[in-house]
Amino acid sequence: MEHGSYQDLSASTFTLPDEDHTLANSLRFTLNQDPRVTVCGYSIPHPSEARVNIRVQTTGDPANEVMKDSCQDLMMICQHVRSAFDQAVADFKNNKASESE
Amino acid sequence: MPKIPLSDLPVLPQNHLPLHILLQKTRVSCNNDAPTNTEDIIYSGAYAAMGVDNSLRLDEFRKNFKVKVIKLSEEDMEFDLIGIDASIANAFRRILISELPTMAIEKVLVANSSSVVQDEVLAHRLGLIPIQVDPRLFEYMSENDVPNEKNTIVFKLHFKCERKSGERRTVYSHDLKWLPSGSEYMLPTENSSDPSSKPKTYTSFTSSQDSLPEFLNNPITVTPGIIITKLGPGQEIELEAHAVKGLGQTHAKWSPVATAWYRMLPEVILPRDIIGEAAQKLVNKCPVKVFDIEDMGDGVKRATVARPRACTLCRECIREPGWENKVELRRVRDHFIFTIESTGAMPPEVLFTEAVQILEDKCERVITVLS
Repeated sequence: MEHGSYQDLSASTFTLPDEDHTLANSLRFTLNQDPRVTVCGYSIPHPSEARVNIRVQTTGDPANEVMKDSCQDLMMICQHVRSAFDQAVADFKNNKASESE
Repeated sequence: MPKIPLSDLPVLPQNHLPLHILLQKTRVSCNNDAPTNTEDIIYSGAYAAMGVDNSLRLDEFRKNFKVKVIKLSEEDMEFDLIGIDASIANAFRRILISELPTMAIEKVLVANSSSVVQDEVLAHRLGLIPIQVDPRLFEYMSENDVPNEKNTIVFKLHFKCERKSGERRTVYSHDLKWLPSGSEYMLPTENSSDPSSKPKTYTSFTSSQDSLPEFLNNPITVTPGIIITKLGPGQEIELEAHAVKGLGQTHAKWSPVATAWYRMLPEVILPRDIIGEAAQKLVNKCPVKVFDIEDMGDGVKRATVARPRACTLCRECIREPGWENKVELRRVRDHFIFTIESTGAMPPEVLFTEAVQILEDKCERVITVLS
């Protein structure tokens, strides 16, 4: 859910239900690495409520678009981590198999 | 302070970071009193004054990111993640612990228990026993679901300590017997007027689980050798345990890892050569044998950093006055030594790929909601 203003799309707070530091901190990282972002941070308003607020302020681009791009970036990172990890595990297993022969 | 004309100020370096800033960015320094430069500088414009772009470039990330597997067995693995931010490495760790599903005993039907262990304690102990089965073969059971062959695994435990033996006997986890056809206990029937209706058990399996191809020659077992309780002469336990799928964030019994943790790669630097007696002193100081002595010829002995990876950052080597300048302890900020210890339900390498997949799914969900 997005809380913002229709007049100024460049600043918004996004409320993500059922999420915690796991996603919010990773998104804070990718958002802060985006040159279009001026300010970004997140908070968990109450520890017994499973929800997190992420604040995004941009240099002018719609915050919604920037947020989506950051999610996309994080996904690309994950995909690369996964392929690199699978490759490393496969190499390790091959090496071990050839050593034991 | 004297006034300095603007034109006499030193020129800021352009398009590269000066060494001390680079050190702050890439290393955590561990000093005698406390670590410094612990905060990661992630803002894209942090070094704009020096003309250095700190933003995320995926092609650069792809070029620099490396994975090195150090150790891999069926239960645990150790690997290095190089070139990734702590926030993302931590996300993987958190997902491994609390958001990957496994099967665990959730319901215990006690028919008879004369053991000294209370039923609720017994049930708790049973819950914590890891079940060696791939949770991806099962579905979650929601509140309105009836237990069936797709969402429940049933185990039976019947153990008696004979009075004649006069000795205590130990009940182990491997005494749990898998019941592929579901519960054997009958539900109390409300209307006995209809004798034709089939008596119902606590589960409604439509088929036996051992007829499924996954379990045909591969019965479901639990981790053997875990002590559940001890029985005195004449005591008996008879119960049925029902396992369902769940997440570690609900209860730790559903966590697929015993532990999953990472540490940053230690870096030990000797800015100046340490020779002679001081070298021997340094070698003796370190409890994990990070340092070695190198013979330089002419009887000169010099201390070298032989095993920096073993360093636990106990800071014993810099504790004595004066040593802080001789040894520099640092951690590499983007190099994580990741360790996963699986409970046995899934191999550790599968757990990690699943964890990465879950983070991806989370991002995808946010994109769908915002579009």
